[in-house]
Amino acid sequence: MESLIALWEWLGTNLIVLQILIKIVVIVAPLMLCVAYFTYAERKLIGYMQVRIGPNRVGPKGWLQPIADAVKLMFKEIVIPTKANKTLFLIAPLLTLGPALAAWAVFPFSEGLVLADLNAGLLYILALTSIGVYGVIIAGWASNSKYAFLGAMRSAAQIVAYEIAMGFALVGVLVAAGSLNLGEIVRAQQSDAGIFGWFWLPLLPLFLIYFISGVAETNRAPFDVAEGESEIVAGFHVEYSGMPFAVFFLGEYANMILISALTALLFLGGWLSPLPASWVDGVFLLGDGIHWLFLKTMFTGFFFLWFRATFPRYRYDQIMRLGWKVFIPITIVWILVVGLMVVYQFAWFS
Amino acid sequence: MMKMLRDYIKSLAMLELLKGMRVTGGYLFKKKFTVQYPEEKAPISPRFRGLHALRRYENGEERCIACKLCEATCPAAAITIEVAPPLPDGSRRTSRYDIDMFKCIFCGYCQEACPVDAIVETPIYEYHFENRTDAVMTKEKLLAHGDKHESALAECIRADGKYR
Repeated sequence: MESLIALWEWLGTNLIVLQILIKIVVIVAPLMLCVAYFTYAERKLIGYMQVRIGPNRVGPKGWLQPIADAVKLMFKEIVIPTKANKTLFLIAPLLTLGPALAAWAVFPFSEGLVLADLNAGLLYILALTSIGVYGVIIAGWASNSKYAFLGAMRSAAQIVAYEIAMGFALVGVLVAAGSLNLGEIVRAQQSDAGIFGWFWLPLLPLFLIYFISGVAETNRAPFDVAEGESEIVAGFHVEYSGMPFAVFFLGEYANMILISALTALLFLGGWLSPLPASWVDGVFLLGDGIHWLFLKTMFTGFFFLWFRATFPRYRYDQIMRLGWKVFIPITIVWILVVGLMVVYQFAWFS
Repeated sequence: MMKMLRDYIKSLAMLELLKGMRVTGGYLFKKKFTVQYPEEKAPISPRFRGLHALRRYENGEERCIACKLCEATCPAAAITIEVAPPLPDGSRRTSRYDIDMFKCIFCGYCQEACPVDAIVETPIYEYHFENRTDAVMTKEKLLAHGDKHESALAECIRADGKYR
């Protein structure tokens, strides 16, 4: 063990690139596993909600289904449409997956367990989640297909509308926590009240708006007009097959996990235990820890799937109305309320 | 005015959406009815109309007397029968009895029309062809089906008998 630590320190001084690569793999590999099993969870859950049982053939209870899917997609032919812009066509999926993975760099998994403890972490996350839409737009344009282009345009307008509401919701968190550092934001939620000390309660409207905007940002049902199977076939990724399609798929699910994890981090107290610290001090697994973050992420991720199984797709003008005329005014008003609560040191902020 | 305000608060509280989610959430825990096909099979009626067969009497004599009633009644014109010269004991037999499975609509009129219960449809529904020509069921094949599935056929006829 001591020699391992010594080796690690030696890497840090002499071969820092390798050390950073190892850190990246340690974050990305479990993330990819989570993405794979999130797709399985989605198919199972939606199946169960539709009184079906979902995939259960590959491996025991279908546990190997995501691996079978991945293998299938890897061996499929990559079809590039004639007159498509080949370079952009192949870059687009990477542009959606890249930011979804890069955002995890500043994500604090537990006290001190963070790759880059950026003091402007929230800003970095906001910037990266917005970049994801470029992949969708470029895919739509480079495909040289009407449906793909329509999907891309819809997605662009939608992201612009919801990015603002999302940004305002984050401003609320910022005001409440007084820091852009994600770790600091979690620590600001620590109190003797446990679950009731977290930001979801004083920032309830912002919490809901942030999560719903997150659903819209990831182009998930009921905001999946960019895909819109029934209207524009598959939207921006009609022309994609094989591995590029798989990368789009990974990007979408990685984004969902990211939004779920961020919601857990910003509003549900991240790695904090829901029980007051004085009750569970030293009790195994009940205290603060990464497992709480994992559970909270699963909880919020579950809602993504539940929404998809429940709601029909929003009409396009309704999406715009909700984003511009409902969410933005509410967030602005609530930022004011949060500001007043902080200034007068109301309950949570004393 | 009051109603507008009430509707406004209602939509903000997302009550309708929660109602919808309660429905799907409820179904999450409901019993699933999926039949796991190759391992489990759905029960079928004794009147099930599956693969065709020609039956024999218990002494092994063919039932079919080449009356051509089935050929005449077949709405899809899937049956082709040729009559053989009479046997020494004077009984009629077919020399050819073909059912084109591509034409057959499995209506069961042939077995209703048959006066001697020769042509029947078995409860067998899992079969396949590997060549298009195999889809024409010849007399030999039909008789072989009848021999193979006689017990299942007898059981079906017994179960359905009291309703006829």
